[in-house]
Amino acid sequence: MSEEREERKLVKALRAGDEAAFRRLIEMYHAMLVRVARMYVSTQAAAEEVAADTWLAVLEGIDRFEGRSSLKTWLFRILTNKAKTRGMRESRVLPFSSLEREEPAVAPERFQGPDERAPGHWSAPPRAFPEERLLARETRDVIARAIEMLPPTQRAVITLRDVEGWSAEETCNALTLSETNQRVLLHRARSAVRRALEEYFQDSE
Amino acid sequence: MTDTAYSYDELSCQELVELVTDYLEGAMPRELRKRFERHIGKCTGCHTYLEQIRETIRATGALTTESITPEAERALLDAFRDWRR
Repeated sequence: MSEEREERKLVKALRAGDEAAFRRLIEMYHAMLVRVARMYVSTQAAAEEVAADTWLAVLEGIDRFEGRSSLKTWLFRILTNKAKTRGMRESRVLPFSSLEREEPAVAPERFQGPDERAPGHWSAPPRAFPEERLLARETRDVIARAIEMLPPTQRAVITLRDVEGWSAEETCNALTLSETNQRVLLHRARSAVRRALEEYFQDSE
Repeated sequence: MTDTAYSYDELSCQELVELVTDYLEGAMPRELRKRFERHIGKCTGCHTYLEQIRETIRATGALTTESITPEAERALLDAFRDWRR
């Protein structure tokens, strides 16, 4: 069943008070809502609360939901608004603060310096990843840890895009980010995960 | 390994690694895209780098998505039953 059709079915069932439909929705989205809320609020507990409030608002508003946007977009819009309000109350700095320091994708030492033969070209080029280990359990743990270490906004973007497989457009809508910002965050996040993998494969050779 | 004979309009490897996401997202002006691809075609290091990023994306996609904790699920289902009443 297409995602769209499944959504329409779930909305209809939810309006009729169907618990199984609600259960399905929270299984699909709750963990992501919490993760996205963490972009704006300072504790896991606060993020859980914001996500729970979002579901209450969904139940209250489901009769008015017209399906002009997707349910997913609507859900994350509600969440983002609530989390922002809550974050402001906590007077926490909103995403895109200087906290998300700009780090080069690859350490500058890996490239030739201005006085060398070909400035800006690799002095220590990368080596191919060992294909057979890419999907190993331990490799997945390395990736999961690297994602956990990211600043919250990068973490949310890479999770939606690369773990959940959302499109760029869906991700921008859900997180109220511009296309450019979304891409910059994705770039930093992917670069960091690549670095973690490179280090891991090198150390365990 | 890395081709060192390059002209001024060519990207350096250090520049290229910062453009990889724009490239993969299809968010690059055509002219730049051509330069990017020209570089990749000649430079083993950058070719490998792009491959690593693709593999990083693929491996990240193999992570299992988090699911709701049992406590949160219980609390939400309680709230749902209240709402339905």
